[in-house]
Amino acid sequence: METWSTYHHKELTARLLVRVKSLAAAIAGKLGRRPVIMEVCGTHTVALARTGLRSLLAGCIDLRSGPGCPVCVTAPEEIDYMLCLARQPGVIIATFGDMVRVPGSSGSLEKARIEGCQLQVCYSPREAVTLARSNPDRKVVFLGIGFETTAPAVGLAVKEAAALSLKNFSIYSAHKLVPPALATLASDPDLKLDGLLLPGHVSAILGRRAFTFLAREYNLPAAIAGFEPLDILGALLELLLQIEKGEAQVNNAYPRVVSETGNPKAQEILREVFSLAPANWRGLGLIPLSGLKLNTAYQDFEATGRWPLELKPVPPPAGCLCGNVLKGLCLPPQCALFGRRCTPLRPVGPCMVSSEGSCAAYYRYAREAG
Amino acid sequence: MCLGVPARIIAIEADGVQATVETRGVQARVSLALVEGCRPGSYVLVHAGHAISVIDTEEAEARLNLWKELIAFKEASSMSASTSTIEL
Ligand code: SF4
Repeated sequence: METWSTYHHKELTARLLVRVKSLAAAIAGKLGRRPVIMEVCGTHTVALARTGLRSLLAGCIDLRSGPGCPVCVTAPEEIDYMLCLARQPGVIIATFGDMVRVPGSSGSLEKARIEGCQLQVCYSPREAVTLARSNPDRKVVFLGIGFETTAPAVGLAVKEAAALSLKNFSIYSAHKLVPPALATLASDPDLKLDGLLLPGHVSAILGRRAFTFLAREYNLPAAIAGFEPLDILGALLELLLQIEKGEAQVNNAYPRVVSETGNPKAQEILREVFSLAPANWRGLGLIPLSGLKLNTAYQDFEATGRWPLELKPVPPPAGCLCGNVLKGLCLPPQCALFGRRCTPLRPVGPCMVSSEGSCAAYYRYAREAG
Repeated sequence: MCLGVPARIIAIEADGVQATVETRGVQARVSLALVEGCRPGSYVLVHAGHAISVIDTEEAEARLNLWKELIAFKEASSMSASTSTIEL
């Protein structure tokens, strides 16, 4: 029996659900409104929708999705840069599959492929290195999107390319870091959060300690959560108990994967390969020190150095509320385009494209339910 | 995109970095370059072709017990509350 199958424990899940609902209802009674809890991670957004937990809890918890879908927070100008790269002669774009259908101001990578650009979907960044080795007459550019969870694997690929002295491999580093984005949200006066459900796999890399500033500086209760229904309910219970007592801590409700100080090897790779840089987030704007660029030692592998194309500021698609959805200021169905002009088949914004986008999750599962 | 899949290590290659893992009956090759201290039989969390964490089964058990305690306490007190109502 696999260890985590205990996390499918049905009876305990049912009891936790009852307890979470009654505790949330009691808190709502005191506050005069439902407690507002943001699930930061896109994988949580999908898990909440798929398991039906979101609708089961809707009566007593106001769950908001956050900026935790890497594809969705990629800025419009970054997408346009990727499209420009794809159209450079001799370039093969290597990317995670989620990016392929995201619309930029001149189509999407999928459309670029139809026009003849070369595109390879990778599961691991290492595959892009292999691709470069087997195509010496082409230039392979890997699109580095993702948070702390993904960046170490990209860092390893860059190190491997450096060790092989590969001249035809580079990355476009559009990585984003979660804690600075949470600091931005925590200080947003329009967003009155009562608690945060923290991303389990970003925390696996960073450790619980990287998030304690939320309690210390913003007095915001938080809990790191795993991804089984039982994990999510356990973390919500821990979070609600804090809210009830008026305390603010950062609980680690996923200790089988997350430690106090995180993954030292992954952090070492991040330090060795990348340095902190400002990053432009869709919805959240420019946040200092919230991105990663390659270090001087690996500069040669930075695509922006090889193709210094100008990034013009691009307005988001007309009518698209992705920016507010990503900040938890509104729910997908509040967007006038939701389900009408914007559907997963014909997406207007990235939140409807990515498998982890909140609009896509609401569309797919809410429609099935209702 | 931060999706992680729990998997059991079946075999580690001579380089100590490449490993074969199994999850739900499916085998895959992953890199262990980002973790330390795993053996065949260890459970790891796999993301983008790399193990990023070794799953600690004792911690898993301990958390389950904590949650059980947290709800059992309340269930017991609401039970006694309802019993006392019946007695009244
Ligand atoms: S429904 Fe479509 S247009 Fe509206 S916010 Fe979501 S992605 Fe943007």
